Amino acid sequence: MFGTFCAVNDVSLDIQKGEFLTLLGPSGSGKTTLLMMIAGFLDITSGDISLDSETLIGVPPEKRNFGMVFQGYALFPHMTVRDNIGYALSVRKTPKAEIDIRVEEMLELVQLQSFADRKPNQLSGGQQQRVALARALCFSPPVLLLDEPLGALDKKLRVEVQEQLKDIHRRVGTTFIYVTHDQEEALSMSDRVVIMRDGAIEQIGSPKELYEKPESKFSAGFLGKSNFLYLEDGTYALRPEKIDIAAEGAGAAPRMTGKVRSVTYFGSIQRVMVETDEAGELEVDVDNWRNPTSFRAGQNVDLMWEDHAAVMLQRSED
Amino acid sequence: MLALRKHISPGWWLVAPFFLLVACLYLGPILNILWLSLSDPEPGLQNYSKLVESDTLARIMWTTIRICVITTGFAVILGYSIAYAMVHAYRREQSFMLTFLLVSFWISILVRTFSWLMLLGRKGPINEGFEAIGLISEPVAFMRNELGVLIGMVHYMIPYAVLPLLVNMQTLDQRVMSASRNLGASASQTFFRIYLPMTTPGIVASALLVFILSLGFYVTPAVLGGGKVLMVAEYISVQLLVTVKWGVAAMLAALMLAGVLAMLWIMSKFMKLSTVFGGASS
Repeated sequence: MFGTFCAVNDVSLDIQKGEFLTLLGPSGSGKTTLLMMIAGFLDITSGDISLDSETLIGVPPEKRNFGMVFQGYALFPHMTVRDNIGYALSVRKTPKAEIDIRVEEMLELVQLQSFADRKPNQLSGGQQQRVALARALCFSPPVLLLDEPLGALDKKLRVEVQEQLKDIHRRVGTTFIYVTHDQEEALSMSDRVVIMRDGAIEQIGSPKELYEKPESKFSAGFLGKSNFLYLEDGTYALRPEKIDIAAEGAGAAPRMTGKVRSVTYFGSIQRVMVETDEAGELEVDVDNWRNPTSFRAGQNVDLMWEDHAAVMLQRSED
Repeated sequence: MLALRKHISPGWWLVAPFFLLVACLYLGPILNILWLSLSDPEPGLQNYSKLVESDTLARIMWTTIRICVITTGFAVILGYSIAYAMVHAYRREQSFMLTFLLVSFWISILVRTFSWLMLLGRKGPINEGFEAIGLISEPVAFMRNELGVLIGMVHYMIPYAVLPLLVNMQTLDQRVMSASRNLGASASQTFFRIYLPMTTPGIVASALLVFILSLGFYVTPAVLGGGKVLMVAEYISVQLLVTVKWGVAAMLAALMLAGVLAMLWIMSKFMKLSTVFGGASS
């Protein structure tokens, strides 16, 4: 598929039972490739993938029993919602009465009871997404793989569906492996996030760990925004909201002084870009409620932050 | 006039000349044929009543339908396999295959039929070859019978069967097939429960195309049938050129036209024709 190019290289990952794990990375970082390898659609040239210490190498996709929600949903267009959801049981020759009961349960889980006899093209994007989810969960797979399932939805609907997904994860207790390039999705839904870059794992941790203790410039920049300070003993990441700002002379024990380049108002915050001698341009997010001062371009300001606000990066390369 | 103009979109005025042209050059002759079938040699339905009276005519109709159905069946099955292979081949192989497909469109039907004449003859390479390896003891009659006509027609029709199927298969989302495998379906379950239903519009379009084209086949039955397999098109030409019974010829032509229209109408009861001819499905 990718010729001689190695799409995913040297990835080692332990996934806990029942956890919500997100593979996060820009396009081309290998996150979907990794998911397709877990699902069995792509062969791995070396290494191992195992479930409950049993290897999955050589096991075809239909024998792996992993549910999957595809990008674009990939619903069966010629079948009703009911038949779509019951498909996994029907190909396993489950008795019809049993299928009917299970499909009803799934319809209720995703709240689509009244749409059971429609065809996929008669549903909205959000509804199709729920059918895909119900179809993948219907045969109670131990693992559910989700490939950017919210990519096609508009922003407002996406937040709503995020909540529903989290709720369903809690209720069914299945392990979710979720692929996305959207950092907000990753932060708000996951138990753990794997940041991927160029086919390798950049950093693994809970959303809080990743945000508070990024190990590299890439992690700090991809999950949230960050300023970087290049000091003698290493590179430090400093989040924009952890810097306090005051008019020149009004700050207590300023770390740096600088000149305001631009101010952008966002409602809850204002984003102030400050040019400093020591660290170049720094981004400062000012909480408008706690610090109602209005800054303007050209003004001289003092910048303060606490010692532990700046986090030293373990890897300083780009 | 003013009231009329309000309801007719100005676009119609732009296409009106072409509309008229089509009406004159296309509908005109067709209506003329219909008229001929009812008026030659004298007004009345006597041309049509020959259908039930004449055994020859009934046999020709039956032969035509039988050959068309068998041709359609084989051409669609073989065309389906070829289209499937093309869609799933690597890009390089795919363009090779497409070239061969197009080349077969460019070679005249006469040339293709005569090459079968050489291949299938009593002293042709197929009979000689089979004899040499001891498969048969004396030459098989591949020609001057229905078998020969069918071989020639299926061969000619396969490219026509491939094209609608190819278009249909290329638009399918491969992720749907992956989804089926992921949900536990084997490869054959996926084919019969997902792939085949999703390619039904292509199969219908391909079958319609092949059947309609087969109905009017003239050269292949004449050459490979050796005068022994008489189909409607050849009979029409005999009526026109040899016996000069234009009324009977017009009647048969009108009947074929009606048959094609009837098939399209029946098909439209089961599916939207626009999906068959490559339009959007929703």
